Amino acid sequence: MKATKKDSCGQQEIQTTTSTLSPANHWDHILARWAVNREGHRVEPGLYALGNPTAESPVFVTANYTLSFDALRSALKGIEGFILVLDTKGINVWCAAGKGTFGTDELVNRIEATRLSEVVSHRNVILPQLGAPGVAGFEVTKRSHFKVEYGPVRAQDLPKYLKSHTATPEMRRVHFTFKDRLTLIPVEFVSVLLPLIILLLIGSKGTVAAILAGTVLLPMLLPWIPTHDLSTKGFILGGVLALPFAMAAFLKDPASALWLRSAWALVYALLIPPITAFLALNFTGSTTFTSRTGVRREMFAYIPTMAWMFGVGLLLNIAVIFIH
Amino acid sequence: MFNAYKTNTLQYDPSLCTGCGICADVCPHGAFEMKGKLAYLIKAQDCMECGACQLNCPFNAIQVESGVGCASAMIRAALLGQKESSCSCG
Repeated sequence: MKATKKDSCGQQEIQTTTSTLSPANHWDHILARWAVNREGHRVEPGLYALGNPTAESPVFVTANYTLSFDALRSALKGIEGFILVLDTKGINVWCAAGKGTFGTDELVNRIEATRLSEVVSHRNVILPQLGAPGVAGFEVTKRSHFKVEYGPVRAQDLPKYLKSHTATPEMRRVHFTFKDRLTLIPVEFVSVLLPLIILLLIGSKGTVAAILAGTVLLPMLLPWIPTHDLSTKGFILGGVLALPFAMAAFLKDPASALWLRSAWALVYALLIPPITAFLALNFTGSTTFTSRTGVRREMFAYIPTMAWMFGVGLLLNIAVIFIH
Repeated sequence: MFNAYKTNTLQYDPSLCTGCGICADVCPHGAFEMKGKLAYLIKAQDCMECGACQLNCPFNAIQVESGVGCASAMIRAALLGQKESSCSCG
């Protein structure tokens, strides 16, 4: 990170940026998507000039996370303006707004620190809509005399938005498209990498499959798995996945006793679904629509079932290994 | 079928609404819709309790217990004995 440049009065200089992403930027995005150095994808907070802006040019506010800053500037091709980067500790706009770091105080302080009122002649800042959970627009106006204008959810809609400064209902909606969900898979996958490697070494194919289903298949298939709650989606996916494992275990050794073959099948049927369901429940934080009330209700409703299934399955597994 | 997301903490008092329309602007799920000079709560069930509407309503017409709908954050908070769960993701 570069040191903050200040002039003799202690005022932060305006830095310059472009709307073109370099190969280094793209590489940084790949690393961020694979959860490499998660807190380290930062831009220096402060005021940036995009192109050759004048005192009348619009001011766009964003987070100091490279993916946020780069999404904004690359969406503004051919548009002159200022970008005000808030210090959100390298966290994206929506999550930072939820934490309050993309917030009223930080915005008001940053407007003052950059002396924005001396740089532009108007009194208007355009915020991403998803900054709203952290910023009280009317409060910012009271304290800084800048009016907060909530732009669209996605930076890519800005050129269209800027023509009339009104957002269509579509621009105001958050989605969770197939592409959005695919983008999340590497981070989900990396988070389970260590248990996955250990289970692979042990040779526990069923649990490896359950973990892969919960972190890779579930995000992909999410809207097409019936039921609304994430946990039940996980139970369904895990149940379907357990079927071939249970069948194979049952048919593997026709010479052995029927009860033993059934017990092996039951081990898979009991162990795989709760693992997938638990990972599905944990995916709530990555979705764009789960409320805290709902997630809490899910936890109380399904975690006991997951724990019982897993516990009984594990005991049965140990028991059949001993008997065998 | 049990649906954990059927209810939430969003409450709206139309008698305090002045029709500024900010709630309809900031809601990422279109829970509010402006009809003339009054906001209508048309999709209360879609609320994810992000708190944007409450924070931006200058007239306190909206109340919601905002928070992060993330199970791993809540489990971590419960295990560490923390009161309020906050996410740790980037």
